[in-house]
Amino acid sequence: MEPLTWTGSLSGLNFIFLLVLGLLALSISVSILTSLVPSSGARAVNSDGTLASDQGLSGFINMITGYLFYALIALVLVYLVGGVFMGPAAGIFGGMAQQFLPVWIGLVVVFALSVTYKRKLGLYGKLFDSTVGMIGFAIVLFWVLTGIMGGVFDLLITHDSLSQVSGMKNKLPGTPLRGAEEGDYQWFLLGGDNLARDVFSRLIKGSWVVVQIAPMATLFAFMVGITLGLPAGYYGGRLDTVLSFLANLILAFPVILLFYLLVTPEIVLTGIPNYMAVFLFVFPLIFVAILLNSRFYTQPSVRTPLLLVVLGVLGWLYLSLISSDGAIVETDTYTIPGLPAFLDGFDLDAGILVVFVSVVFVNSPTVFRIVRGLALDIKTRDYVAAAQTRGEGPWYIMLWEILPNARGPLIVDFCLRIGYTTILLGTLGFFGLGLESESPDWGSTINAGRRLLALYPHAAIAPALALLSLVLGLNLLADGLREESLRD
Amino acid sequence: MGLFILRRLGVMLLTALCLTFIVFWLTNLYPNLEKLAKTQGNFRMSDEAVSSYLGDRGYLQPMPVKFGQWLGVLPGWVTEQEDGGTFGRCFEAGTPEEDRPNRCGVIQGDWGFSTVFKDDVGPTVATRLALTGKLMLCVLLLMVPSALIVGVLAGMREGSKLDRSLSTFSIATTATPEYVSGVIFIAVLASSKFGLSPLLAEWGWIDGKTLFLGSATSAMADATFWNFFLPVLTISLYGMGYIARMTRASMAEVMTAQYIRTARLKGVKFGDIVLKHALRNALIAPFTVIMLQIPWLLNGVVIVETLFNYKGFGWLLVQAASNNDIELLLAVSVVSVVVVLVTQLISDIGYVYLNPRIRIS
Repeated sequence: MEPLTWTGSLSGLNFIFLLVLGLLALSISVSILTSLVPSSGARAVNSDGTLASDQGLSGFINMITGYLFYALIALVLVYLVGGVFMGPAAGIFGGMAQQFLPVWIGLVVVFALSVTYKRKLGLYGKLFDSTVGMIGFAIVLFWVLTGIMGGVFDLLITHDSLSQVSGMKNKLPGTPLRGAEEGDYQWFLLGGDNLARDVFSRLIKGSWVVVQIAPMATLFAFMVGITLGLPAGYYGGRLDTVLSFLANLILAFPVILLFYLLVTPEIVLTGIPNYMAVFLFVFPLIFVAILLNSRFYTQPSVRTPLLLVVLGVLGWLYLSLISSDGAIVETDTYTIPGLPAFLDGFDLDAGILVVFVSVVFVNSPTVFRIVRGLALDIKTRDYVAAAQTRGEGPWYIMLWEILPNARGPLIVDFCLRIGYTTILLGTLGFFGLGLESESPDWGSTINAGRRLLALYPHAAIAPALALLSLVLGLNLLADGLREESLRD
Repeated sequence: MGLFILRRLGVMLLTALCLTFIVFWLTNLYPNLEKLAKTQGNFRMSDEAVSSYLGDRGYLQPMPVKFGQWLGVLPGWVTEQEDGGTFGRCFEAGTPEEDRPNRCGVIQGDWGFSTVFKDDVGPTVATRLALTGKLMLCVLLLMVPSALIVGVLAGMREGSKLDRSLSTFSIATTATPEYVSGVIFIAVLASSKFGLSPLLAEWGWIDGKTLFLGSATSAMADATFWNFFLPVLTISLYGMGYIARMTRASMAEVMTAQYIRTARLKGVKFGDIVLKHALRNALIAPFTVIMLQIPWLLNGVVIVETLFNYKGFGWLLVQAASNNDIELLLAVSVVSVVVVLVTQLISDIGYVYLNPRIRIS
């Protein structure tokens, strides 16, 4: 069978595509150059408040840029739709477009629903007013859907991500599968890596590792940062001094040195990551308990059952998270018993637990500093003084007066921080720390591919571009959210 | 001001002590020591052999004692062997009794012995640090001016086409970690089979096989544009976006100030407004950011030196950490912690000097 080209039978479009792309780049650079020269024909405001459109050279160039941009998007859509219908006949891109069909459907459904009901959806709905935010959200959603569909339901992948196929070592993208049987997918869409595994399937499986760990780790870091940062900022004094010193202590560590110290098999043997997990993962529990208690402590009949149920569920999750095989910490010399195995809801792989703990540990001091700064600023506001005069307790003020008013910057930072956590996970993989070497996550794959980079770049380039696009999407999403939350 | 600096120095010293103790503690945990003994001796050592190896070399003393010895406040350990030979932390076997120093530690200027490189830690770190200094200097020379130019150009007319393109560019660079951009650069610019190089070589535009060299090992002795530009560009790009965004924000804020409007109404040329009125005030915030960015560059240095095989300080860190070379690792962490703390101090002091509205008595 012939190897696939990148665009297959749609190759006729390539010339037009490149032409449009080149013209667009040209017109953008020309329009930037002309915008440096002030011209009288720029946008003018009439006395009745209407705007007159651009005239003269700059207006003309802007118009052309707009049309070229739409033409480019239309061409990309042609490639995609053509690919969905023609499959591998439309080349590697076509094959990938067809494999991603469930993701496209998911994207269209989410966007259609969100745009229809955007006025009822609060800040999330407002995101659909900003182009940058929508682009970012689309990219992030694409990877989230890919992670869930490919990682959990095995929908999108073409081959098993771990099985090695003889004769496919370091093969270029689009190589037909040697000795393919009837039911097999006939090509390695993005080629084979140095162990003859399918790069495309590993890419999809790897997205699940990121989509699984990064948001959860960021959430835990936020819980730690908020629970410690609010009292530090609100009370100040000695508590603040001690906590800030500790936070600065962690921040003064070079991240990679910290990872090398925490994420080695020898340290795992001593059980330190387990102790850290016990300490760090308890913060969500404390946070929720204080949050509910401070709100409802005046109505014990509501508070007590509510707290019992919520803390029961969270406590079970917490114990399942930190204990595996009926033990919280298990070393050669001693064992601390935990939740018995039959009650244990799920077991976290030891490698993933270490990675998770160290990422939370590295992120939480920064969150702490942000929350502390916000609390310092907000505690001088009038509504805080009003609550103090009403006789509200300090935790009520912190969690129900200060925190909701700090949500704008925190949500934006949350998005940015997921991106940063993704980068950290990649860094860990890049140095071969934590996850086992056959794990399909993007950092480990880049690490495996970089040795043969000059000869067979495809194995490292594919995960690198995937990671780049996800982090870029998160950054754009944060930018859109910031713009929209500043507007009100 | 003097008191402020003194207090900061005190906190710095305390932080450095705490951090080195943490590193010391983590590297001296028993499984780590066991690995060290097995890599230094042989891999098939029995448990007794391991513990006698470690005991002879003073590794099994209590943690604070060992830390004191490393610092040089406590006398170093001395082991007398059964065959009568005596050796210790501060002297080798066969040293006459009167030449044996009592203490040897950081305070005495002795940083210990590297088990990986079989050499004294002090000179090892110094040579590697000099190599990384070269890299960092090039990075700063490339990154800071370009970030400031991008930021000022974007911030001087907020919302213009130029602003939007440059802001997108800086967002894109902050979203590209070094291991991603480095991989892409090597594949596109430094591969003899893929990317631009074969094309350019075919057209006869470049003499060699590749546009740039994908490995910076030769740059350690003799750095040229050809073998050194890619690592420098890779580190600079990631740090640049953040500084550019901060500069843009600060510039945009200054451009809305009253005195800029006054200058405009007076009829001052736009170029003069930007260069003479706005620029100085707009550069206060980026200065702090640049100083605080330097510790982050350290991360980039570790990744890039690993990726491009440039044997500098970052490479040393990876070697020391993956082989649990305790004394080398401690020296490396002391250096990096000092870098972090000194840049923080400089950024605070510089901020006070640059901004006339802040005075610390």
